[in-house]
Parts: sequence; structure tokens; C-alpha cells
Amino acid sequence: MSEFRMPSLGADMDVGTLVEWMKHPGDHVTRGDAIAAVETQKGVIEIEVFETGILDDIRVQVGQRVPVGTVLAVIRTGNEAPAAQTVAEKPAAAARPTPPVAPVAAAVSSVTPAGAKITPAARRRALELHLDLLALRAGADGVIGLREVEASRAAPAATASRPPGAAAKPGIDMSEMRKAIAAAMAKSWREIPHYFVSSTIDVEPMLAWLERENARRSMPERLHYAALLIKATALALKAVPVLNGHRVNDVFAPSSQVHLGIAIAMRGGGLIAPAILDADTLDLADVMTHLDDLVVRVRGGRLRSSEMTAATATFSNLGEDTADTLQPVIYPPQVAIVGCGRIVERAWAEHAVLSTRRTMVVTVGGDHRVSDGRAAARFLGHLNELLQHPERL
Amino acid sequence: MSHSAGETKVRLTREHARELMRQMILIRRFEEKCAELYTQEKIRGFLHLYSGEEANAVGVMQALTADDAVVTTYREHGHALARGLPINAVMAEMYGKVTGCSRGHGGSMHLFGAAQRFYGGNAIVGGGLPLAVGLALADKLLGRPHVTCCFFGDGAAAEGEFHESMNLAALWRLPIVFVCENNLYGMGTALDRAESVTDIRRHAESYGMHAETVDGMNVVDVEVAARRAAEAVRAGEGPRFMENHTYRFRAHSMFDPELYRSKAEVEEWKKHGPIVRFTEWTLDNNTLHRDDIAAIEAEVTQLIDEAVAFAEQSPWEPVTDLLRDVYAPREAGGAVAP
Amino acid sequence: MSAMRRISYREAVREALREALLRDERVFLMGEDVGRYGGSYACSMGLLAEFGEQRIRDTPLCESGFVGASIGAAMNGMRPIVEVMTVNFSMLALDQIVNTAAAVRHMSGGQFSVPVVIRMATGAGRQLAAQHSHSLECWYAHVPGIRAVAPATVADARGMLWTALLDQNPVVVFEHATLYNDEGDLPAEGDLAVDIEHAVVRRPGRDVTLITYGGSLKKALAAADALAAEGVESEVIDLRVLRPLDTPTLLESVRRTHRAVIIDEGWRSGSLSGEIAAQLAEQAFYDLDAPIARVCSAEVPIPYARHLEIAATPQAEGIVAAVRSVLRR
Repeated sequence: MSEFRMPSLGADMDVGTLVEWMKHPGDHVTRGDAIAAVETQKGVIEIEVFETGILDDIRVQVGQRVPVGTVLAVIRTGNEAPAAQTVAEKPAAAARPTPPVAPVAAAVSSVTPAGAKITPAARRRALELHLDLLALRAGADGVIGLREVEASRAAPAATASRPPGAAAKPGIDMSEMRKAIAAAMAKSWREIPHYFVSSTIDVEPMLAWLERENARRSMPERLHYAALLIKATALALKAVPVLNGHRVNDVFAPSSQVHLGIAIAMRGGGLIAPAILDADTLDLADVMTHLDDLVVRVRGGRLRSSEMTAATATFSNLGEDTADTLQPVIYPPQVAIVGCGRIVERAWAEHAVLSTRRTMVVTVGGDHRVSDGRAAARFLGHLNELLQHPERL
Repeated sequence: MSHSAGETKVRLTREHARELMRQMILIRRFEEKCAELYTQEKIRGFLHLYSGEEANAVGVMQALTADDAVVTTYREHGHALARGLPINAVMAEMYGKVTGCSRGHGGSMHLFGAAQRFYGGNAIVGGGLPLAVGLALADKLLGRPHVTCCFFGDGAAAEGEFHESMNLAALWRLPIVFVCENNLYGMGTALDRAESVTDIRRHAESYGMHAETVDGMNVVDVEVAARRAAEAVRAGEGPRFMENHTYRFRAHSMFDPELYRSKAEVEEWKKHGPIVRFTEWTLDNNTLHRDDIAAIEAEVTQLIDEAVAFAEQSPWEPVTDLLRDVYAPREAGGAVAP
Repeated sequence: MSAMRRISYREAVREALREALLRDERVFLMGEDVGRYGGSYACSMGLLAEFGEQRIRDTPLCESGFVGASIGAAMNGMRPIVEVMTVNFSMLALDQIVNTAAAVRHMSGGQFSVPVVIRMATGAGRQLAAQHSHSLECWYAHVPGIRAVAPATVADARGMLWTALLDQNPVVVFEHATLYNDEGDLPAEGDLAVDIEHAVVRRPGRDVTLITYGGSLKKALAAADALAAEGVESEVIDLRVLRPLDTPTLLESVRRTHRAVIIDEGWRSGSLSGEIAAQLAEQAFYDLDAPIARVCSAEVPIPYARHLEIAATPQAEGIVAAVRSVLRR
């Protein structure tokens, strides 16, 4: 029994249309006989059979178009057990070259000042010298080359180094961002020796002020207490620079500005902490506006990459409903993070008098390579002081 | 050695007749097997079969020694087998296996054999003629008594390289036997639509070269003419040209519906095919018997089956060897023919 | 230090041919007018008388035929030097060079080698118009199986031929037609064979790397001199070998200077300069302080009128301008 298949008649033949059977079931066929005619792109070609026997069963009818290799008919050859054809193995597919792995983001910013062109050599030299690309001045033609980098070096360079950034792209792929954050968190926990210092803060003054303030304001202008926390945190960070900045290549560079990352929950899970820039300088209304805007844009996946990379420290009050205390994990290359637990009425003893106050536990997570508990404690002291006088924020 | 044209006799002993028959049947069955394997996609690319033209390769090879050189075309399976390239290596080359005579690099159109002084296999029509001129030139300059035998088809007669090579060979009196296998069609174009002068031997004669017309369907005639030509060349008489009238029973290549010729014409030629005629002749004069032919068929079937099995089981060249043999190594040691 | 002598590029070629013919009896020279005429550029003057017709072989006008024959002769034990009068006529022989010489070794699974040397004059600059002014080196440098060299100095014209003959692969030698009259100093004695593997720094410099070959080397050096007067130190590299390119030498230089200008007399599109620029971009990207610049022939069949021919081909002024632009001056 032998299967007669649609033959390949050319390197570029994939299919053929059977247009005629020249032998019929029951006919005797001899090796070399033309058994059928097949139409191809080149015309009609008669195909021959390579077996001798009786044409038994026709599987493909006139007019059918079938791929090369399709069984057209069966021929009874009288040989039982036709010799098994050893199938020639296809050669192992040429090993596909592994796609080049995207290089790990340089530790120093590759954020290009808008409009400037930086040559690869200049970029590399600037990294070597720990120069801030954003502080480099381009030549008259708008190019930052080795010459401009060397010139910058002669002048004292801005010391703040920028955090690693995704290439400036319009809009962020949120799922990619989540993956990146997960990786960053894992790395952070592995590599940063965290310490945690907490303090329970009396927020009655803050809340009391807020209630009076919001009563005076129209709906759209009302403040959430988070705005006060954010402002106060920013001011307190300004006072304790060892908690505000980036640690890169084993070197900590405190930032003269406070860009406070605000932890916001993403749709679908995970946190993201885009920055409110210069949070210490904003008035509360602006803080509120920025906050609302960030939340909306996080939910909509429309953050700017500069917001992702600019934060010099991070603030989180995502435990606000249920958690008493947060022990938040630092977002590298930052060196501190401030976590606020929920506002809870607690027993409060002061001057030997017991009462209840609305309180909040604030925890500072710090990078022990850069600061220690005393810095955190100083911070918490400042924070507390600021929150006791909310009207000054 | 002195002789005059026509006196070179083929001593057709029974043994010799059997050998001629065996070689022709081997080629015929080999080509049929290749056709079958091609339809099964074991052989790929282009496949040009020699069925019907066997007498040319077989007859001419009888006149060559092991030290002579052979250059041929893409329709070269018959020449390769008649020249003595091992059938297993040829079949493996058809499959593209590393055990092929060209390590799988050439396939059907580029069979090479240094040991047999078989210089391929050429997919450029007319491309082998200048090569043959060069091989012969080297032999002449080095004082070697070898003959270079160059096969090509009627289509090549239109190419500039044909004319350049005819001229050079005659001008420099090079030891070449040119064999034009005129099968009346250059792919799909009949000879009289391609040549202003269809008598191709006249082209050779126009260069002052001695040329003959030969019945390419008669293996004995071919052998006689080839011996005559080779002896003249060896005697220093300059190049020789044979125009063998022959016919291919199959299409130009596998993927050819043969719109350019009638089936009747093909059938007519088949009736006077080389194996048919030689069979009739040898049976008639009792040089061979039916048993001999049956034995040859059985032997050939076995050889071919073994060649197919060899090819099937042979490995592929590892891709890591891809860039091997693009360049010869700096130190001499490459297999340059002596 | 041995005594030096001053000879022309043409004389260097002739000396190289003569040395080869003397050293190895398998060597012979074949081509149009190489014998009686003495060579169309007079490179083989006198050789016919010394070596005879078998070894200095005039051919009819049949490039495909006689280049193919040289390939066959090389495959069968000879060491032919085949001269194609100019690269312009070599296109007639391209089939034999690409489909036989370059391919046979690999196509036959390593069974045959083609130790042939193919010499060609090349280039523009003598108002010979479109059909006689091509620089098609890049076509040959494109093909695996071929080696391509471009001797730009008298020493290389003298010394590359023997090395090329020793090579078991087809070697195409490009002699720029404007170099034949140039003169240079060579040692009076000793083995003058040079390698056909490396590029050479002809002039060291720190500010920019000029990469070139053949007839453009002179122009690059002239440009370097002019730039030196402005305080710019150019490193000039003579490729010498077009296939395979000596990329390590190029990279070492560009990594130091951070700037590259490639001068190539081929037309810019699809030129060898494009290949070099791609390799530099692939392997020296992070070292570059400026985009790679190319000075090539304009996209026009080379014209006859002198001023047009000059405008169409690389000149020292154009090279200087390119350097200034990469230095942002």
C-alpha cells in the first residue's frame, strides 16, 4: 500500500490544483506512468507515479487545490509493509541570535535637556566625571560634545545627580512600570540597609485647623489633610538634608530641592510614587492641585518620565484607612521614605492628664549607609513641630 | 602515435558493451530516482535531468584517462557518475548532506570531485568554457599530456563566453575537447529560434577548429568520435569540437510544463533513445543477453537504494561550520589539482 | 640603514612583476597588450623580451574569456597574474570572478582553490569621462571569497604582489591610474614583500581620523597638511586592504580621536565608506564625539570637463571642510 502525494515540482511550488485523473480506481499503474495532471502557476504538468500496482482509492477530486504533500490516492502495490522511509531530519534551526539585552539604565541620568544633542563620547565622559548632564551647557550649535564637558568640569559642577530614567517618552507603559517597580523594590530590600524610626504625632491641631479652614472654603478649594502632611514633610526634609537626595555609585548627593514622591495606588495593583516638584515651596492649594492631578494621571497612565525620576524622597499614607503603622521600603536611589499610618483616636497622656487625641504614627525608613536614627528623629521632630502649627504651612 | 580519422576502433567486447550499458542504465535510473525524491522534497532547488542523453557522457568518458579534466553544466549527474564520482557522495550532495561531494554546498548543479578532476557543475550557461580554456592552458604550459573535456549545451553557443573560449582555444592550440550536447532546446527556446546558424559545428569551424557532428543517441558512435578527438588533441593538433545531436526526454527542469514542444515529438525520440537502441543492437548481435540487462537493472537498483539510504542517514553540516572554506588558509596545502 | 632608491609606482609594479616571474616559474602574466605593447600603463615594458610569449601572454579582447581562463589555470597548478586593463572593463569578467573565482572553493566543499591575482587600473582624474573613470572597488570588496587590495604607495605597489601570489585565494589588486607617475623611496636591497592584511597609519594625529585608500590617500594627506596649519592634527589611515577590512586599526584610532572622516572615490550610495561607517557606528558608537562624515564622488557619471570632474570627485578642500564640520569649527 503506497500513498501517492501531491509532488513538489519546483522550489516555489506550494500548492497544485488537480485538473485530471488519467487513471481510475482499479486501473493497473506502472512506475513512470502519468497518473494525473496538476495545474500550477507555470501551467498544467502531468505527474507520474513511482510505484507499480493497482490504483485503489482516490482522495482528491478534480478541481481541488491542495498543498504539496497531500495524499492524492492510494496504490495497492502488493508489497506488505512498505519500506519505512527514514525521515530526513531537518537540520536544527540555526540558533537564533538572542536579541541584545537592553543595557541597564546608566546610574546617572540619561535625561537629555530638551533640544540639546549630546554625543556618545560626551555622555560617557560626563558620567565618568559624575557631572549632571542637565547642568551642561551646549555649544553655540546646540551640541554638547567632549569640549563642553571638559569646559563644565573646569567650572564647579552642580552636584545633584539625577536618578536613572526611562528614556523620555510621551506617556508611560503602566504595566512595564509595575514590573520595574517590583524589580526596584526587590533590589531596594536586598541592597539598602533600612532602619526605621517612628513617632506618634498628635494631629488634633492639624485636623481642627483643617475643619475650620475647609468650612470657609468652597468645595473645589477644600484641602485634604494629606496636603498638609506633604507640605510639612517637604519642609522637614529641607531641614534634614541627609534624608533628601540620591545615592549613586556609593556616593550620596543631597538635593537642594525637595521633590517629594507621593505613593499612589495603581489600578490593577502596585504603587507608584511620582514627584511633586519643589513641594516645600508650594502653598497648600497648589499641593492639593498637584496631588489631585497626579492621582488622575496615575489612574489614566499618563505620567511623565521626569516625574518618575525626579523624586528626592517619598511620602506614603496609603495605610490611611486600616494600617496603624507603615514600614515603607525606600525607592532607590532615594535614601529615605516617610510613611504615615491612619489617623486613630488614641489615649493621650500629657502633663499627667489622660485624654484622647486623634493621632498618627509616622515612620521614617532610612538608608543606614547615609543616615541613622538620629537624623530620622530630627526629621520627626521637625515634622511634629510643623504639624502643631498648621496655619503656618 | 599516428592514425587517421575513422580508424580508431572501439573494441566492443562483451565486457565493454556491458559496461556501457551499465553506465547508461545507472544514469537513467539515478535520474528517475532523483525525480521521485524531488517530488518528495528530499531534493530541493533546481533539478535538471539527463534522461535521454546518457550516451554522450558515457561515450565520451571512455576516451578520457583518469588524469584528464572534465568541465560540465548544471545537467551534470550523468557526467559525474560516468566520470566515477561515488554514487553515494553524489546522492548525498543532492540531499545537501555534509557527506555530499561538495559537502552539501552545491546541490544538484554544483557537483565537484578533485580526485576525478571533475571541475563541476556550473549554473551559468557558458560559464565553464573559459574555465576549461584555463585548465588546458595550464596543462600545456606545464607540459602535461592531459586533455580537458568541456561539456555544454546548444544554448551556450549564443553566449559571448562560448565565442571567446573557442577563439582562445584555437588561437593558443589548447588541448581541449569541446562537446556540445545539442538537445535542440535551450530551456524552452528551440534552437532555430536562438541561432542564426543552427549547425553549431560551423561556429567552431569559424574559429579554425576541427569539428564533427555526432549521433548523440548512439553510444558507440559517441565513443568512436570521442576517442578520435582525444587522440588528435593528445597528438598536439589543437582543440577539437564535437556537436552531439541528442534529446532530453524530460523537461528542462522539474518545474516545466513543456509548453514549447509536443508530446509526440518526445515520444518519437524516446523510441530511438540511447538505451533502447543499444539494447536492440547488443541483443541482435548477441553481445549481450536479456539476462545481462536484468542483472544490470538489479545491480543498479541496489546501488541506488544504497545511495538513497546513505544520503538519508548522513548528517547535515553543522551551521557552526558555515564560514568554513570561504577562503583557503594562508599556507599552501589546499587541494590544488596537480 | 640600507641605501634607498627612488622609483615610480609604475616601475615598482614592473619590478614586482619581474620578481614574481623570476621567483616562480608557475607565474605568468596575461592580459590585453601586456606583451608587445608593454602594458597599457607601461607596467610590463620589456618583460616580453625577457620572459617570452608563453609567460607574457597577449590576449584578444575577451575579458570574460581570459579572466575565466586565468581562473582555470590557477585551479590547475599555475600562478597567473591576469591584468584587466581597467576596472571599467572588468564588468565583462564579473561573472567569472564572482561566480567562479570567489565561489568555487566554498561551492566545492573546499576541494578547489583559485590562487589567481587579478590586477586592474581604477579611478578617475584624467578626464576620461564616464565609461573610463569608475571606482568599483566596493563591488569586489562585497564578495566573500575574494581578497581586495589597493596599494596607494610605491612600497605597497612593489611589495603586495608577491604576497598576493602566495595567497591561495583570488586577490584583486586595484592600481589607481593617477598613481603610476608618483615617485617614492624603496630600499635598494632586501625582501620588499609587504602584508596584505593591515591598514597603516600614514600620519598620526589626535583630533580626527581620516580613513581612505588608493588614489585618495594623497588628497587626504594634503588635507591633513592644510589642517595642521590651523592647529588640527589629523590621523590619516591608509586602508591598504579593502576586503577584509582591518577594522581593529580603525577602531583603535577612532577611540582615541573620537571623530572619523572617510574618503572614498566611489559614489557615496552603497560605497565602501558606508560599510566602514556602519562598522564604526556598530563598534565605536560610544566613542564618537561627532557623526561620521564621508567624502565621496557625487551621484553622477564622471564628466569629461576638468572642472566638472574635480567637482564630482573627492578633493583636499572637501576633506578639509568635512573635518572642520566634525570638529564643529
